[in-house]
Amino acid sequence: MYSEKVMDHFMNPRNVGEIPDASGVGTVGNAKCGDIMKVYLQIEDGIIKDAKFKTFGCGAAVATSSMATELVIGKTIKEALLITNKSVMEALDGLPPVKVHCSLLAEESLQAALWDYAKKNNIVIEGLQEPKEDIDDDHHHNLNDDEDESELLNA
Amino acid sequence: MKKIYLDHAATTPIKKAVVDAMLPYLTENFGNPSSVYQMAQVNKKAVDEAREQVAAAIGAKAQEIFFTSGGTEADNWAIKGIVEARKSKGNHIITSKVEHHAVLHTCEYLEKNGYEVTYLDVDEYGSIRIDDLKKAIKDTTILITIMYANNEIGTIMPIKEIGEVAKAHNIPFHTDAVQAIGQVKIDVNDENIDALSITAHKFNGPKGVGALYIRRGVKVSQFMHGGAQERGRRGGTENVASIVGMGVAIELAYKDFDNKIRQYTQLRDMLINGILETIPYSRLNGHLTNRLPNNVNIGFEFVEGESLLLLLDMQGICASSGSACTSGSLDPSHVLLAIGLPHEKAHGSVRFTLGAGISDADINTVLETLPAIVKRMRDMSPLYEEFLAKQ
Repeated sequence: MYSEKVMDHFMNPRNVGEIPDASGVGTVGNAKCGDIMKVYLQIEDGIIKDAKFKTFGCGAAVATSSMATELVIGKTIKEALLITNKSVMEALDGLPPVKVHCSLLAEESLQAALWDYAKKNNIVIEGLQEPKEDIDDDHHHNLNDDEDESELLNA
Repeated sequence: MKKIYLDHAATTPIKKAVVDAMLPYLTENFGNPSSVYQMAQVNKKAVDEAREQVAAAIGAKAQEIFFTSGGTEADNWAIKGIVEARKSKGNHIITSKVEHHAVLHTCEYLEKNGYEVTYLDVDEYGSIRIDDLKKAIKDTTILITIMYANNEIGTIMPIKEIGEVAKAHNIPFHTDAVQAIGQVKIDVNDENIDALSITAHKFNGPKGVGALYIRRGVKVSQFMHGGAQERGRRGGTENVASIVGMGVAIELAYKDFDNKIRQYTQLRDMLINGILETIPYSRLNGHLTNRLPNNVNIGFEFVEGESLLLLLDMQGICASSGSACTSGSLDPSHVLLAIGLPHEKAHGSVRFTLGAGISDADINTVLETLPAIVKRMRDMSPLYEEFLAKQ
């Protein structure tokens, strides 16, 4: 079901933990839909020096959190904004279709942490939008989209 | 590493004796039971014998047993077939909120096609209340379908009382007994059951074969149109080898039954008590005693079920979960929500189901492995962090 990379990041997650006095902290998801990601960023001179996470969720949720923190360390804020759910998924050699929403959470948790950093420092990060309070509803769409499937009547 | 398979509610391995009984019907005895020559008549006889074996296990007559492709087909046929045959009498169906999807989705389908369905609530243990059932009955009620025992939390429904209510109102009573068969003694006459679905692979028989019991006199429309097989009620050449396997498997499932159940119950309680004693913030889903002897379902707070399953699998332990992440949807188990669990607790539930060959040592291995796995996931859970901060 999962790629070797996903299993590796699930079994040996990188950057688990907290950063005391982090520059920015972002929490997305909710317990209702089974995933919560909390990301801590340490930012110095516009560069992400360190990232940690805590996640409540399935194997894919843990693996995408781990990969997202790994990808973001060492990046500038501008580069960090370019980390999307697609790039996290690609770095993990893909995810099963029903798990794509986990990679969205990874992208959004990074952005939420950056938003928190911007707010704390009274700065505007170009291209960054305020994270939505409750984002789970967005992820319920398109789960069963499969153009190859025949149409079922009365299903 | 030794594999410890604790997902017998999902499926079971086929017993050697069952395979041995099946083999001749996959090789030399290949004839079509509908053919007239002697070689094929051997197969007809084999199917009839299996029908006797299945009937005997539930106190029915052989003519009341119809073989199907499994539990899902039996549920679909019973429900659609009975309501169609009785549509001149009404359009109302009573079921429960905790049924298997083979029943729930069939009822939802019928709802879209002009039928009215009442989905009875369940109590905190997953059992319907007889008063609710009585109140739900209308002049237009044409079917009551309530499962014998729940597949997720093992709760056994008050079947005999449901049967009495159904009989008093002259409404046919169907029960999905897929999880109960081989785990409890069933008597369709004593319990006033009019239709009952079972499948072989839950009791060490082959996959792809099941049966529907329909009480003589209960009208049911044909579901699978075709030849005259199954006394004209279910067309299609018989799956002879699997039917033979099902017959042998059901007989074995009730052999030395009391000992088997005593052993399962003891192992079940050892696992339940062991987990609840060693892992804080864990709770038993379902009832302590009114549950299938092979079912354990535990909720672990602050963690998500699928990740526990993956870590258990790394230790060779196979279990299943009511978490959304294992179901292909984002909603957790409808059963756990129906017994009143909030979403986050439903996501963190794990089911262990016992079967033949599970020993005390296996249960001890699980009890030794589980605490560290739960702790590991809690240590990275923001929910647990939040909880500890509030303490």
